[in-house]
Amino acid sequence: MTIISDTIVPARAPYSALLKAGRIMRIIDLKSQQAVDALFYNAQDTTERYSAQDTLAAQAANGGRYDLTTGSVLLSNEGRAMLKIIADTCGFHDTCAGACSCESNTVRFGHETRFMHSCRENFIAELGKYGMTKRDLVSNVNFFMNVPIRPNGELTVDDGVSEPGGYVELQAEMDVLVFISNCPQVNNPCNGFTPTPIQITIRDA
Amino acid sequence: MLDLDKLTPEQYRARYEALQAQARARAAAATPVANFADIATKDIIQQDTIPPGWYVCLRLHKGTALRVTNDSGTPGAAMFMWNADETSERYNAGDTAKLQWTTNFTTGRVLFSDMGRVLASVNADTGAGHDTIIGPNSPAQTAGRNGRDNLRSAAAKFGLSRRDVAPAISLFSPVAVDDAGCMRWRGNPPAGAAVELRAEMNLLVALSNTPAALSPVQEATGPVSYIAWRAPAVQADDLCRNFTEEAARGFINTDGFFAA
Repeated sequence: MTIISDTIVPARAPYSALLKAGRIMRIIDLKSQQAVDALFYNAQDTTERYSAQDTLAAQAANGGRYDLTTGSVLLSNEGRAMLKIIADTCGFHDTCAGACSCESNTVRFGHETRFMHSCRENFIAELGKYGMTKRDLVSNVNFFMNVPIRPNGELTVDDGVSEPGGYVELQAEMDVLVFISNCPQVNNPCNGFTPTPIQITIRDA
Repeated sequence: MLDLDKLTPEQYRARYEALQAQARARAAAATPVANFADIATKDIIQQDTIPPGWYVCLRLHKGTALRVTNDSGTPGAAMFMWNADETSERYNAGDTAKLQWTTNFTTGRVLFSDMGRVLASVNADTGAGHDTIIGPNSPAQTAGRNGRDNLRSAAAKFGLSRRDVAPAISLFSPVAVDDAGCMRWRGNPPAGAAVELRAEMNLLVALSNTPAALSPVQEATGPVSYIAWRAPAVQADDLCRNFTEEAARGFINTDGFFAA
């Protein structure tokens, strides 16, 4: 087992990497209850990117839930497999609620929160290094984030359930550019109101 | 003044739970009654019928209302929209659900852009249900004409590309989560189901007569029609501007865009 990279991502910070087809990324929630926002792009043509709705439609067709866990296949906007979740100690990961932004924070939490750091600030900064812009931001995966949708239609962010050292593993089905925002949000419980570092390793299968 | 970057976890939690309680009280209250105004002929800007499988591209000025009627009870109609003045700003499915604490969109609710602004208000609705979690169908569900391709084609006619199309909304798509956490189709919408959206910004709208991804029937079964019309000027006590605290804050952002 060859480790390609092993990175500690500080609390509130972005991260990006090329995950070559076949390689495995492990995202470790070191301290527990830390939401990890993630976006995925075909490294050869970034206009092909992760599609939450294609992913959930395929999963629903097989009787699956509205969230992601081991066995979930992350599909692109061309309906192609980008990554598979091959291990998961948490049990469910959100892909309905999207990433936090300064602008959406004003609506949800009040205009006094408009100058607080957010995931879309991280994403815009990191995407820019690859020539992409806000235009390329789509609905993402929120690993370790607990977003129940209830039978009455309510959608909330509840306390995370991930344990210290909990992890999720993704195996790439194509060469994928991975973007991570180690979520800085403190206005809802997605980070236990205390953002913490995460660890990301990439290895050969 | 509170330094919001330096509250204790308990203080943050108290703020969050107060907002959540407010949202839950709002959701538990009676849904406002659908109120479709009579449309005078002189106020009609554009109207048409979309045959099964087809789509239209609409440019709606701020203040224009778009009434969409499901004449036949076809299982879904795909929709996506952009700010016509800055197309990098567009409909955001996640924010529309998260900011309103609900996946139920009906009279009184609004559609949010990725910039925290209200793109459109749900002025009136017969309550058929609209889904933005799973959304429109794609080539994965049908070899025929489908929502994803139609929205992408509409985007192309606005000079945009697949980069500009993100998770969309499927109108007339009754879905709900069951106790096992699976999204389920609750049965086809009734013929005559209608929803009216009021443009709160200048919009480019793609509207497609194609089914929801979750519908067991994957070919559109009949026409969808629309009327774009000059809606009355918005009053201070307007339902959608006041229905939720979140929408009121969203309108502050929208108003700011036009104040410049």
